[in-house]
Amino acid sequence: MIVKREKLNLWERLYGPAIVDGFKVTLRHFFFGKTVTMQYPEEKWTVPEGYRGAPYLVKDPEGRTKCVSCQLCEFVCPPKAIRITPPGPVVDTTTGNVEKRPKEFEIDMLRCIFCGYCQEVCPEEAIFLMKDYSLTGQSRAEMVYDKEKLLALGGVHQDKIWKWKNK
Amino acid sequence: MSTTETKPAPPPVEKIKIKVDGREIEVPKMTPDWQGKMQPTTMLQACALANQDVPHYCYHPKLPIAGNCRMCLVEFGTPMIGPDRQPVKNEDGTPKIAKSVLPYEPSTPRGAIACATPISPGMEIYPSSPATKQMREAVLESLLINHPLDCPICDQAGECKLQEYSVDYGKATSRFVEEKEHKPKQVDLGPRIMLDDERCILCSRCVRFSKDIAGDDALGFASRGSRNFLTNFPGKKFDNNYTLNTVDICPVGALTSKDFRFQMRVWFLKESKSVCTSCATGCNIVIGSRENKVYRYEPRENDAVNSSWMCDAGRLNYKWINSEFRLTQIKGPKTEWSLALRDIAETLRKAPLGSVAMVASARQTNEELYLLKKLATKLNALTDSVPRTGEGDKLLVNADKNPNSNGAKLIGIAPAQMGSNLPKIAEGIHSGSIKTLIVFGEDVTKCGISADLLGKLSTLIVSDILPNKTTEAAHYVLPGCAHAEKRGSFVNTKGRVQRFMQNTQPKGNARAEWEFLHELVYDVTGQNGFVSIEGLFNQMAKEVPAFQGVTWAALGDLGVTINL
Repeated sequence: MIVKREKLNLWERLYGPAIVDGFKVTLRHFFFGKTVTMQYPEEKWTVPEGYRGAPYLVKDPEGRTKCVSCQLCEFVCPPKAIRITPPGPVVDTTTGNVEKRPKEFEIDMLRCIFCGYCQEVCPEEAIFLMKDYSLTGQSRAEMVYDKEKLLALGGVHQDKIWKWKNK
Repeated sequence: MSTTETKPAPPPVEKIKIKVDGREIEVPKMTPDWQGKMQPTTMLQACALANQDVPHYCYHPKLPIAGNCRMCLVEFGTPMIGPDRQPVKNEDGTPKIAKSVLPYEPSTPRGAIACATPISPGMEIYPSSPATKQMREAVLESLLINHPLDCPICDQAGECKLQEYSVDYGKATSRFVEEKEHKPKQVDLGPRIMLDDERCILCSRCVRFSKDIAGDDALGFASRGSRNFLTNFPGKKFDNNYTLNTVDICPVGALTSKDFRFQMRVWFLKESKSVCTSCATGCNIVIGSRENKVYRYEPRENDAVNSSWMCDAGRLNYKWINSEFRLTQIKGPKTEWSLALRDIAETLRKAPLGSVAMVASARQTNEELYLLKKLATKLNALTDSVPRTGEGDKLLVNADKNPNSNGAKLIGIAPAQMGSNLPKIAEGIHSGSIKTLIVFGEDVTKCGISADLLGKLSTLIVSDILPNKTTEAAHYVLPGCAHAEKRGSFVNTKGRVQRFMQNTQPKGNARAEWEFLHELVYDVTGQNGFVSIEGLFNQMAKEVPAFQGVTWAALGDLGVTINL
């Protein structure tokens, strides 16, 4: 197919008017427009509700780990970022009536793809994808978050079900 | 001497015709029960023959029938009999079937428990009918009323019959809104068993097992109604040598093994068929491991050996496989396999005939013993293995604690009186006629050949799994594999040849003994053999008279009995 080139008239052949036209748009945005960029990383983006950021562990309102080490998240995790060490038969008397909880819980944030399967599969509502999206570190080892770090970052989940309260 | 699956001529089987879900099938009138006695075939067995699974909890083929869980309820009907005592016919001439119904409410089907109801000629069973489905839903709903939502912390999750049947036959939602009945949790029943009464569905399998199989009547039910719970008799510990079998047969997570408790979720376990090595019975087992760590043994059904059971001692005897002290590197002048084997072969070739002795282990596989025997014949070596005896019992435990004593004797590594050559070897080392000693899998310092004597040897070649006094004194240590890390076969006390499969990978630089022995035999004798375990076994079967006619493939999962 041959596209016929349109013949430009005189007004169109003068470059000046087109340049002025273009600058009018630029200047209107420059002086009167709303700022759409931000000073990242000093300024952070407020993520919308339901955003899937990094997965962290949560505690119940009495400070107990909600996770019971069922290892379903480890099983479902597509990139195998989660690694749980089950407690074994030795009963930890310091945790009161908590029958089972993980001895160690590690998430390799370099592997994590923020898919949210762990949150979806968790039967205890113990892991949530939070709003952190930019995780940095100096080494690979530092990017493997252990149980203490995940619990500190996750905080307390205000929930009516306190699994271990009346056990 | 070929295989001796001695089967008496089967008596003529009387068959009767029944219908399962409308499909006619002929089933034997009588079927062996848990003790092997002939009993009328039940509806459950007939349905199994028709490839229709009937869900059940309390029924177990190796236990007496209790019929208390009600899960196997099915709708059924029998040929109608008229007032003249003659079968009533339909218009098309087929016998009219009277479905079983409630006597005072003829529109409601009355099910029967399939596990304990014998079949009769012309009977029709409906395991997939809407009424059967409703009965199952109702039974499951009743079982789940007081069942706690413990699945996330329950060790049985993943192999729980209550979970499986709830998905397959249960209702999607619960109608129960009241407070659940609470029962004792984390009850210490004995040294190896932890009980959770809330999870128990009162099927009584464990009670029947303890009473009728283990012969230790330690368990029973207390209280009534919804407060009914399982407990041990006051003052009686549940501590016989077969307690952990109740964990296997428990359809839910009520009885849990203290050893396996909270160690690993079952869906992660890689399972392979193996044989227990703790005594000469050779119970068939399944090894479960994850990431090269063995987590548990479970019995595997083999009616010729161990039925469905195994002893606690054998079951818990796996921790040495995961030991941190395992030998993982060759110790000696050369630390590369190819160089070390060439070096050892050189030494053995140069050794004068009769100056070499060999102590093999009756814990080794037939294939390894066969290769060692080849080596011993070439070197004219005096050989023996170490007897190991302990206490046996009437059920499964054998007094001989070596898993392959018969193999060692049949292949000719051990004399008929195992251990009788050991003093001769000690004497030979003492007098200086034996200069080289090859030891496989045994600590000879514990059986008459002291560390001082070992110091007199010019060459001591040892292969083992864990370090001991003998490996310390050795000039060459070749790291070997546990049975979980290699394939092979054993001959049990009754002459059953059983093979086992590899489950985990060898630790570090260790290699399966038959692999490096094959190379060594080639280097010393110049005879090449098979480089696969299948070929090696078949070659052995051709050359060793007792194994004539047996092949690796013919062993199957359950083994083959040979004449001893």
